[in-house]
Amino acid sequence: MATPKKPAARKTPAAKRRTIVLVATRKGAWLFHGDAARRTWKADGPHFLGHVISHMVLDPRDGKTLLAAAKTGHLGPTVFRSTDRGRHWKEAAQPPAFAKAADGSGRTVDHTFWLTPGPASEPEVWYAGSSPQGLFRSTDGGVNWAPFSSINEDPQFREWMGTAQDGTPDGPKLHSVIIDPRDARHLYIGMSGGGVHESTDAGRTWKTLLKGLDVVEGFGFDPAQPTFHDPHCIRICPSNPDRLYQQNHCGIYRIDRPSDTWVRIGKAMPKKVGDIGFPMVVHPRDDNTAWVFPMDGSGVWPRTSPDGKPAVYGTHNGGKTWQRMDAGMPKNQAWWTVKRQAMAADQADSVGLYFGTTSGELWLGRNMDQKAGQRWTCIARNLPEIYAVETATI
Amino acid sequence: MKVLIPSALRSYTERSQTDAQGATLAALLLDLDRQYAGIRFRMIDEQDHIRRHIRIFVNGTQVTDLAQPLAESDEIIIVQALSGG
Repeated sequence: MATPKKPAARKTPAAKRRTIVLVATRKGAWLFHGDAARRTWKADGPHFLGHVISHMVLDPRDGKTLLAAAKTGHLGPTVFRSTDRGRHWKEAAQPPAFAKAADGSGRTVDHTFWLTPGPASEPEVWYAGSSPQGLFRSTDGGVNWAPFSSINEDPQFREWMGTAQDGTPDGPKLHSVIIDPRDARHLYIGMSGGGVHESTDAGRTWKTLLKGLDVVEGFGFDPAQPTFHDPHCIRICPSNPDRLYQQNHCGIYRIDRPSDTWVRIGKAMPKKVGDIGFPMVVHPRDDNTAWVFPMDGSGVWPRTSPDGKPAVYGTHNGGKTWQRMDAGMPKNQAWWTVKRQAMAADQADSVGLYFGTTSGELWLGRNMDQKAGQRWTCIARNLPEIYAVETATI
Repeated sequence: MKVLIPSALRSYTERSQTDAQGATLAALLLDLDRQYAGIRFRMIDEQDHIRRHIRIFVNGTQVTDLAQPLAESDEIIIVQALSGG
């Protein structure tokens, strides 16, 4: 594949750039506006108080359009859209919804889970993944959404997805919708029950991308069957779109295309910590640097920080070695869970890393792209359970 | 006819009571959506079923069939049912 074009020069001088941290929670959404030094943060919110916000993303193509995937306990799912960074919101005219079955037996979207802005070459395109698992696309900036029949109604995909009971407690998720920045027709998706899939024809047809991925041992599961695969989070490296990282139910992986085989780089993690977790974050400019937030995947799967000692682990060499990064975090008795969408990096020259916990804390890590001097600071407490964290640079 | 709106849907109507027309419940809900864009999908899913935590009463009787005929004098009450914490 062609070498990616260099990103266009920024119009805003580095000293004046600001980071916004977008926090989606079980009870609403917040925008945290940082100063240029990322020392002070101003909270803007709650937006949609009481709504379950699964994901909120600022469109990097215009720096203004915000999309938020929402539902409430009583009401059906929808997508809210703002074209002024959250000052005003308007609901999508046609939110993601499955095709109607003639006899009414078709599936219904419980919630839109994942939002991905399209490539720069398609400025009005967005993708969405849902629970139960489905893929949707908008060609008008998120106002109207149409289902992908190649997945949503395909008998083979439906078999791989299983039923709602085969997924995570809040329902199986189609997530990690990734577009190759060099080729708008080249897509990847992850299914929390159903594996990793790739399309090179804009989603008309798909092929599995499972080689090298482990499945749960001891039950005789066939690793060639997508049903048995549970990718938690997949990321493509902006600086090298031939490289992807994945945090999976069964380890941490890297793949370098055109190879079709994932390599379990999590084997280099400390044995006491293991390589189970939910989020996966990649450096915006260095394809050798990535971060994970390990969780306890032993016994009944507490899904908390191992031994109550939270830490991010980072690699600067593509996963050959990992470094514990916990300075500033509690040393013990911190039983955090960080969900798959709840960790993100900013675009600053010295990259900041952010994560939100299920106990409502938002943390910022400085110097996380350095080999020394990393430090974590809690920038917000007492929020509702955090479902997703994204960043935007304006 | 008169339609009582639960608090969860008043971000659409900005009032607790409104008027809508229709010979059936399905038609009335379409009329509501015409007046308050998006409100129907929050109550009715893409398979045309009333959502799990929404209840609709016609003259005090719960209705589950969108084909239910309506008369001009009917009173429609939409209720948000218990949905957890």
